[in-house]
Amino acid sequence: MKKFKNRMEFRPLLSLVAILLICGILSGGSFFKLQIVDGHLYGRLIDILRNGSKYMVLAIGMTMVLATGGTDISVGSVMAISGALACSIVDGRILPGLGGNVLAAVLIALAAGALCGAWNGFLVAKLKVQPIVATMILMTAGRGIAQLIADGKIVTITSDSYYYISGGYILGLPVPMYIAAIMLVLALVMTRKTAFGLAVEAIGINSNSARLAGIQVERNTWLIYIFCGLCAAIAGLIESAGIKGADCNNCGLMIEMDGILAVAIGGTSLSGGRFSLISSIIGALVVQTITTMILAFGVAPEIIRVFKALIVIVICLAQSPAFVAKVRGAFGKKKAVAGR
Amino acid sequence: MKTTTKRKRGISNISLLIAVALLVVIYVAGANIYDRFGRISTILNLFNDNAYLIVVAVGMTFVLLTGGIDISVASTLAFTGVFSAFLLEKGWSAGVVIPLVLAIGTFVGYLQGYVIHTFQIAPFLVTLAGQFLMRGMCAVISTVSIPINNGFFKAAALGKISWKMASGGMAKLYYYVFVALAVVLIAWYVLRYTRFGRSVYAVGSNEQSAQYMGLNVKQVKIGVYAINGFCAALGGILFSLYTLAGYSLQNMGLELDAISSAVIGGTLLTGGVGTVIGSMVGVLIQGIIQTVVTYQNLNTWWTKVTIAAILCFFILIQRVIALRAEKRKAS
Repeated sequence: MKKFKNRMEFRPLLSLVAILLICGILSGGSFFKLQIVDGHLYGRLIDILRNGSKYMVLAIGMTMVLATGGTDISVGSVMAISGALACSIVDGRILPGLGGNVLAAVLIALAAGALCGAWNGFLVAKLKVQPIVATMILMTAGRGIAQLIADGKIVTITSDSYYYISGGYILGLPVPMYIAAIMLVLALVMTRKTAFGLAVEAIGINSNSARLAGIQVERNTWLIYIFCGLCAAIAGLIESAGIKGADCNNCGLMIEMDGILAVAIGGTSLSGGRFSLISSIIGALVVQTITTMILAFGVAPEIIRVFKALIVIVICLAQSPAFVAKVRGAFGKKKAVAGR
Repeated sequence: MKTTTKRKRGISNISLLIAVALLVVIYVAGANIYDRFGRISTILNLFNDNAYLIVVAVGMTFVLLTGGIDISVASTLAFTGVFSAFLLEKGWSAGVVIPLVLAIGTFVGYLQGYVIHTFQIAPFLVTLAGQFLMRGMCAVISTVSIPINNGFFKAAALGKISWKMASGGMAKLYYYVFVALAVVLIAWYVLRYTRFGRSVYAVGSNEQSAQYMGLNVKQVKIGVYAINGFCAALGGILFSLYTLAGYSLQNMGLELDAISSAVIGGTLLTGGVGTVIGSMVGVLIQGIIQTVVTYQNLNTWWTKVTIAAILCFFILIQRVIALRAEKRKAS
């Protein structure tokens, strides 16, 4: 038990359970109700998993980037690009030779996402530009590029196989959930079963000493940004399949903040080093649960930001050793034991 | 130490020089290509349309100079607009509303600076919380656009100097532009000639050595965020003069415009190098690109793509100069 308490996943899991319990109590239990309609599971919990999947996918990529001590604030724009690209191909606006082939559209969109990531990686790893500045370029330009692809219009599509990405079901559970799960497994295998995970942490803690220790800092950093771009592209596909079209101005607007927030809730330090992908997934679920909760209880959706702000403040303070020391000083020893 | 500072200053100067040259080149090229582009009113309109952004960019420069970052300014700006529109609608007088919103902006900035410095939390995270909070507060007050009908605001918004030009047509400069210019001048003076301003550069170059030199690091670090909050609120007032309305979703992503203006103007995000004049030039470059795009009758998203390309260009220049300096140091 004590061992589990010390794991990174403990605190975020605790907050997720706490929030779910609060929801359950406030709603008198209806929050947890699951029904089976037409062989599909329905209910608020499933909603959270389905709507949270794009945050989960983003959080996986973002965790790796943050673990190296970097940031990627271009993910929202990459989402817009991938959505615009896929929808335009399915609609036959561009590359009509493909005849609106959904699989080809998805693959091209993913390749575009990886390309965007490669560009970020080039700036960060090769030219050593600060990550936040480097990714700001694509953040600014990305939405413009997406508009360029979609010809400045909101592309709406009618393709059941494309809708399937967001609205489909496998074994009664929504498809985006499986996508998030696959990405998680992929990332876990990459970081746990190969030396890649160690390299990521080493770069985050001290990239100079990592280099001296013989880790290929440049190549690994590059790889991580490509992976993050890929994750963003997948999130973009889920989003555009969900709204059945591509809206370049609003797709993934400011979502980079939510992605970073999810990772921060998960406890991965924003200055790099120790990271946990599962924690970030839980963090993403916390973000989504709060959103779903506020919507379910009929509070104005605009106020979600205030809640998010409060959560960020609490997490920041809890992670700050200076603050914890101060609280301990104020409340004496008793609090010090309880706060452990 | 001294040579390092000089070399860093060099980056700023070269970058600023290129920025000014670029501004002039775009203007001259535009004047040659387009019919009415060369008129003085094009330049004046750059100031008319971007006065609020200049003020925000100046505040942002202070924060960037210390090596920090503030992504809450756009929300503070929107909040100022919405809150003042809300109070004015309730019948409050402008003489009360303006000092009040300025005080709120400064206080929010101060609070963020306090948390960042005292608890040693990443500025990005703290100001992210500030961003969510202020944007949320906007929505709490009103989700629809509130028009401003206050007499003083209207007079301030429409008051201008205008004169007939020899080539025909009117040239006009709104009074609120002078507020922005005054902010630039004061900030320039403060950074260059006051103890506080010098300390800002010192803290940005190396916080630890600034501490050892006996500079008041705490005052500087909290101070710059308070100044930035004040500038964001002032920018909010100027923006509400520009639109004569307050809307909770306005200016999403403005903080990045402010940061990219500063970068184009030669401010290094690692801190210690940069000028407010440069940031103003950065804003004007973005403005003139917007103008060119309008004249060329292109879609507005071309503005973003072009600005990103220019931003990329300036970042690369800074990197090349810095790398060359490093090589020289190594050899």
